[in-house]
Amino acid sequence: MKRPIAARTAIHLVLVLGAVCMVGPFLWMVLTSLKTMGQSTQVPPILVPWPLKWSNYADAVGTLPFVQFYLNTTIATMAKTAGQILLCSLAGYSFARLRYPGRDVLFILTLSLLMVPGQVYLLPQYMIMKWAGWLNSVTALIVPGLFSAFGTFLLRQFFLTLPRDVEEAARIDGANPLQIYWHIALPLARSAMVALGIYVAVWSWNDFMWPMIVNDSPAKMTLSAGLASLQGQYGTNYPILMAGAVLAVWPMLLLFGFLQKQFIEGIALTGSKG
Amino acid sequence: MAQTSILGTNRTLKRGNPAARSEALWGYLMIAPNTIGLIILHAIPVVLTVYYSFTEWGAFGDSAWAGLANYRRLIADTEFWGAVRNTVVYTLVVVPVSISLSIIVATLLNQKIRGVGIYRMLYFLPVITLPVAIAMTWKWLFNADYGLINYLLSLIGIHGPRWISDPKVALISVIMVGVWARIGYDMVVLLSGLKGISSTYYEAASIDGAGPMTQFFRITLPLLTPTIFFLSIMGLIGAFQVFELIFIMIGRDSLSIQSTESVSYLFYQKAFLHNEKGYGAAIVLFLFLVTLLLTMVQMKLQRRWVHYE
Repeated sequence: MKRPIAARTAIHLVLVLGAVCMVGPFLWMVLTSLKTMGQSTQVPPILVPWPLKWSNYADAVGTLPFVQFYLNTTIATMAKTAGQILLCSLAGYSFARLRYPGRDVLFILTLSLLMVPGQVYLLPQYMIMKWAGWLNSVTALIVPGLFSAFGTFLLRQFFLTLPRDVEEAARIDGANPLQIYWHIALPLARSAMVALGIYVAVWSWNDFMWPMIVNDSPAKMTLSAGLASLQGQYGTNYPILMAGAVLAVWPMLLLFGFLQKQFIEGIALTGSKG
Repeated sequence: MAQTSILGTNRTLKRGNPAARSEALWGYLMIAPNTIGLIILHAIPVVLTVYYSFTEWGAFGDSAWAGLANYRRLIADTEFWGAVRNTVVYTLVVVPVSISLSIIVATLLNQKIRGVGIYRMLYFLPVITLPVAIAMTWKWLFNADYGLINYLLSLIGIHGPRWISDPKVALISVIMVGVWARIGYDMVVLLSGLKGISSTYYEAASIDGAGPMTQFFRITLPLLTPTIFFLSIMGLIGAFQVFELIFIMIGRDSLSIQSTESVSYLFYQKAFLHNEKGYGAAIVLFLFLVTLLLTMVQMKLQRRWVHYE
């Protein structure tokens, strides 16, 4: 069903207009980050400043320990992603394949946690971190994000769709459930684990309220919380704020560039952010 | 981990009933780490939040039973009801507008045109971008004096409002960013919904002489309703927790904070800045119960408008 050229042009026109609205703010972020304060408040605005003022980036990095932010955010994101994939796949496999008393009750309890918005946990989680002496540490960023009812549910559903016969054969050969899970089920569940991993990584990288609550010392902040405190320091100095924003968003955007298909499938399959 | 070969060395040791017991043992061992974590850090916190909501907190972290005091305060607190109103308005505009715009975009992308992959990527960018950075960038775009938006409006002779600092306009600005950040997600999910509609429907309709508009409203839209239903549930849960946009774009010193602050934002303020943890707990429980209630209402209403093939 090939459409006439006029119709196709009209479609592209609408889509390009939309795309400009979606990408425009990103471009403006980058362009502003390279302007002087004076250039940024010029009316009419200058599109591309010359010479480019790279020192805004140096100012942002000089004011706050951005290198430390990268380190904290990356460690927390990797730990939560790896932790959830491992713990949720273990639990999901157990729920899907093994039989034991109380399994279904435990599964229903896990499901009921899915209904609870994350913010309901925050206050007691904070008290637990305080009690454990973990406030202002990377541990506080990681520990509550290691366990997930949602990830368990997602992987359990996936394991249920896998054929049983290979696992059955391995069991008859004397492999124990942990060996079957590790050597047979996990390699088959790669696509579901990638989807969960991307979802957890994006959520962890972008998370804001929790990191801001538990860690207020700059050395233990994530990029989200660090960027917010940059706003606290620079107020309306947008060239420096936009430089900070660029520093905070590029790693995830780069990863998205490489793993586009997996990102879109992963996030579309696993639900919304926030 | 288990590097022992998959050979039957253990098998002879366990037989019959012991096999079932061993399976149960493995089962418990494998769910244990996740389940213990969920109990300590999710299940118990729900119970604790309920408990906190009946307590009052002193300056030194000591707490005392307060009965229903926090709930009485909640009912009488005009700031709280203002936050409820803001959150409801935000959600009721962002979710349907984002879904409607996404239906248009997804339908256009579903035509046989070039560059679908590029469009999809560009529309999806905001979904994976740090919300704090998004909020900051839009605050700059909305700047009344030097912002790009008011400059572009001035080119067509419109004197733009003070998007952020005018209390009457600020919520609209926040809503616009909320929609902008959601479209990509809704669009991708709708696109996969569209791919699932069998082309035989359209062929049959074409033979019957139905034009593109009739086809859209009689075939596409009804068959998309399950996807739209899913998105409206996910959207509601997400939009009800809106926080970053208000924290970064508006902030507590702004004149507009009263007319924009969400229930989540008020919860954060009370629980973590004012050390009114009991009151904060009551607020967040209210958020939970309303989310649950609205989800249930949506589930009930779905029979009226969602078509399953």
